[in-house]
Amino acid sequence: MRNPLNNTITGIKPSGIRKFFDIVSEMKDAISLGVGEPDFETPWHIREEGIYSLEKGKTHYTSNAGIKELRQEICNYLRRRFRLDYDAMKEVLITIGGSEAIDVALRVMLEPGDEVLLPQPSYVSYEPCVVMAGGKPVVIKLKGEDDFKLTAQEILDACTEKTKILILPFPNNPTGSVMSRDELAKIVDVIIEKDLFVLSDEIYAELTYGEKHTSIAEFPGMKERTIVINGFSKSYAMTGWRLGYAVGPEVIIKQMIKLHQFSIMCAPSTSQFAAVEALKNGDADVEMMAEAYDQRRRFLIHELRRMGLPTFEARGAFYVFPCIKGTGMTSEEFATRLLQEEKVAVVPGTAFGDSGEGYLRISYAYSIEKIKVALERIERFVKKYQV
Amino acid sequence: MNELKEKILRAIAKDSNIEADELAIRLGCSKDELTTAIAELEADKVICGYPTLIDWDKVSDEKVTALIELKVTPQRGQGFDKIAERIYKFDEVESVYLMSGGFDLTVIIRGKSMREVSRFVFEKLAPMESIQSTATHFVLKKYKDQGIIMQFDSDDERIQMSY
Repeated sequence: MRNPLNNTITGIKPSGIRKFFDIVSEMKDAISLGVGEPDFETPWHIREEGIYSLEKGKTHYTSNAGIKELRQEICNYLRRRFRLDYDAMKEVLITIGGSEAIDVALRVMLEPGDEVLLPQPSYVSYEPCVVMAGGKPVVIKLKGEDDFKLTAQEILDACTEKTKILILPFPNNPTGSVMSRDELAKIVDVIIEKDLFVLSDEIYAELTYGEKHTSIAEFPGMKERTIVINGFSKSYAMTGWRLGYAVGPEVIIKQMIKLHQFSIMCAPSTSQFAAVEALKNGDADVEMMAEAYDQRRRFLIHELRRMGLPTFEARGAFYVFPCIKGTGMTSEEFATRLLQEEKVAVVPGTAFGDSGEGYLRISYAYSIEKIKVALERIERFVKKYQV
Repeated sequence: MNELKEKILRAIAKDSNIEADELAIRLGCSKDELTTAIAELEADKVICGYPTLIDWDKVSDEKVTALIELKVTPQRGQGFDKIAERIYKFDEVESVYLMSGGFDLTVIIRGKSMREVSRFVFEKLAPMESIQSTATHFVLKKYKDQGIIMQFDSDDERIQMSY
């Protein structure tokens, strides 16, 4: 029989957390700090609006790009929160979560062999999506001493004539690092000079602590070369609703809508109606959740440093990224033994790229009580192995 | 009121049991700033007490809560305050609110039994001079009180590891 599979697909590495997932699912009294989604439930008024739309019989396909009202609310929201100005009729596509938007954007933009700059550590889907779109990922290894921020020099060093897209993953999963307005300003010139497009994944934009999030599309000359990805999962605790969006230049969005039409048709209608309510009346929920995350973040960073794990001041998302090099273990070894010996699950930094070696991703999408119990166990473990 | 004080209030409204050291870390202030702010809030009677929210139904089947609507004739020069004071001084009375709308005072009473609450209404409240009428409603079940849902927490249903 012939090989039934596509070699590009079989060549993609499987998930790096599968092993931990299997162990932790079987283990009694394990505490997991390995979750990448909010612990909050979707605010009730948003859920209620979804239910109401079902009661009204709004159970049909919507237009491919998404319902008009939602696209309009997204534009209002982006103007209100981030000084971004988009046309609801031509420059917005509602997708199945931010992840579909990433996939579709790469597929409509890349020619075989085009290179994509991919700063790591970062979200695990970028690399396979680039490969599946026929592109070539070129990893930029972000450095711990820069607090895992991207510099102009790093972009310059990684650029070749084939470089077409820069993926900009800030606020960052897994490091929690953010790029401030000033830091973004420093990379804009290089991006324009090298004629790059930017895929800016801003799914955690609402979860920054300190300076408010700046989108790179706000800078002069950037809007026409940037696709902004955002969504409802993290800011409104709506992961299971699977709803995200992309905004960008009409010429790109138009092709994205075409691809989305043929593979997806439209995002779930119930989720879209609920999302309208989220954008209209959800600012207070976002603020409440961000305040809760911020308190846990300060507490967690303080405690990790106290027990001797160097942890930089992560100001975004809901992750901290402590350095465990002092224990002499690799990330994988540390995470495996922590789970076996103290029953605490965290994600090794290497799950997000080789440059995550020596670090762990710890999520604070958990109640402070749970975080405290986990920290006690981590401290016991660290004391045992600290050199 | 400053931002720190508002944050403190929001945090201890949810959990007044929280330790000062921990709260200072969570709010990003020093312990001195925190204790000073709390002392000021106490002095200004913004913080009026630190009661614990208890679901008494789980302690005893007998105790009852009643919500009583009162229509009152306001007294010259004192409005409703004097009569409210006469009522709130009773230990049985948990809360007294002056209302807009169809009646004047809401009185919330907790008693050992329905009979005890009834006796309080008939013997103490109804005969008061300026009270025109009473309507007593017994609480059958408390679902949510002071923002807290009175049932066991639901389990964390998220998958345990995800990106």
